[in-house]
Amino acid sequence: MAKITYVEHDGTEHVLDVKSGLSVMEGAVKNNIPGIDADCGGACACATCHVYVEGDWLSKTGDKSAMEESMLDFAESVEANSRLACQIKVSDALDGLVVRMPESQH
Amino acid sequence: MTSAEAHVVIVGAGHAGGTAAALLRQYGHKGPITLIGEEPIPPYQRPPLSKAWLKGEADAESLALKPLDFYAENEIDFRANSRAVGLDRATKTVQLSDGSSLTYDHLILATGSRAIHLSIPGSDLRGILALRTAADAEQLKRELGPGLRMAVVGGGYIGLEAAASARALGADVVVLERESRLLARVAGETLSNFFQARHEAQGVDFELGASVSAFEGRNGRVTGVQLADGRVIPCDLVLVGVGVIPNDDLAKIAGLEVNRGIVVDLEARTSDPAIFAIGDVALRPMPIYDRMFRMESVPNALEQAKQVASAITGRPAPSGEVPWQWSDQYDLKLQIAGYNFDSDQELVRGDPATGKFALFHLKGDQIQCVEAINSPPEFMMGRQLIGNRKPVDKTRLADPTISMKEVAG
Repeated sequence: MAKITYVEHDGTEHVLDVKSGLSVMEGAVKNNIPGIDADCGGACACATCHVYVEGDWLSKTGDKSAMEESMLDFAESVEANSRLACQIKVSDALDGLVVRMPESQH
Repeated sequence: MTSAEAHVVIVGAGHAGGTAAALLRQYGHKGPITLIGEEPIPPYQRPPLSKAWLKGEADAESLALKPLDFYAENEIDFRANSRAVGLDRATKTVQLSDGSSLTYDHLILATGSRAIHLSIPGSDLRGILALRTAADAEQLKRELGPGLRMAVVGGGYIGLEAAASARALGADVVVLERESRLLARVAGETLSNFFQARHEAQGVDFELGASVSAFEGRNGRVTGVQLADGRVIPCDLVLVGVGVIPNDDLAKIAGLEVNRGIVVDLEARTSDPAIFAIGDVALRPMPIYDRMFRMESVPNALEQAKQVASAITGRPAPSGEVPWQWSDQYDLKLQIAGYNFDSDQELVRGDPATGKFALFHLKGDQIQCVEAINSPPEFMMGRQLIGNRKPVDKTRLADPTISMKEVAG
């Protein structure tokens, strides 16, 4: 279990307890948090679960696969701390994680 | 009554219906929402049924669109095992299979499509399965096992994905396809040949141009598939994946405009302004192709769920999307953007032999559709170029040493 803060583009915060084993994307979608579309349901096929990982958390979210890297390269408003939320597995080590959402996923 | 208090009845609790219910709440709809589902479980994702779920890499909980308590918490009256059997537009009433009825202010028909059943001798034998619902997938998973031989009738995406998963589970697979190539209705020849070669390399057998005439059985259970040329293909189970038909009967009975799919506008509204239709069942306008068509894909269901939730809550409609879909087989990720309408050229970028390439279908110098295998840049940039109708330099597009960003300029 990890406490994760999802920050919408307008600043609205949602703090959720997300079960270990789920992805950061699933934590948002299953709780109906706006801002993460996840059209493909986590198949790393659509890049509509783009988030910015805040602060020092980026290194703890693991490495990007070549597929994720490649999908992100073509997403909008990508920054150094961009990740696809479907590719970040939740574990106790991510307790306190803060992710911010871009203005649009499309 | 203000529209914020309106009762929204959603018939069909698949990906489209379930998403529409959730988005209505997310967009601030305050009135009652009733979600009618034929299946015993709340809305779930169907795509993994032939892929990760079948291989045991995903469980029921991960398939669910939302946790069970989501519906009660969000005051969505989800009714399982329930079906709409009648629709009276004059009184805005839907009759349900249990004899009760509901009145609506807005009705959303998200009735989806059903797998085509082969009406040939022996089709009632045990061991002949379809793959549409979670219950179908559970039965298929129970029946599959190492050393067993599965015959797949129909070389479309469902059949090929199930074939790949069955091989991963150690089963033998033979695919029987009526046409002379796989994916005949949905992909070009280059892609058909590529997938056939990849499946053959994984040990899948193919019978192309094979018309199925009957199923043979013993003690009530299937033992083989008889072809029109008289040959019998022995098997332990059969998966039939020969396409779907839209569940538009309720709309037909109610006198809505229907043409192999319920006709809707850009807001997903039918010919009755109080009734919407979304997902597999809707025949919708696609301005970028200047025509109407029906799409059987999750991205389509999601887009139309957004359209209907926007229309009901008074939000501006989402800007038109470029339709897309994907398929996972073995280590191949296929991503398709657009539909191959009106193209006059197929351009290959990359070498199919490497398992990493993209097929661009062009109309003049405009991209109509891209089929990308393990090639996200081609898919992502291709999708943008389809959407903005920007002409491309075909010589540069065909040269994989020039990046897609440079190609797009």
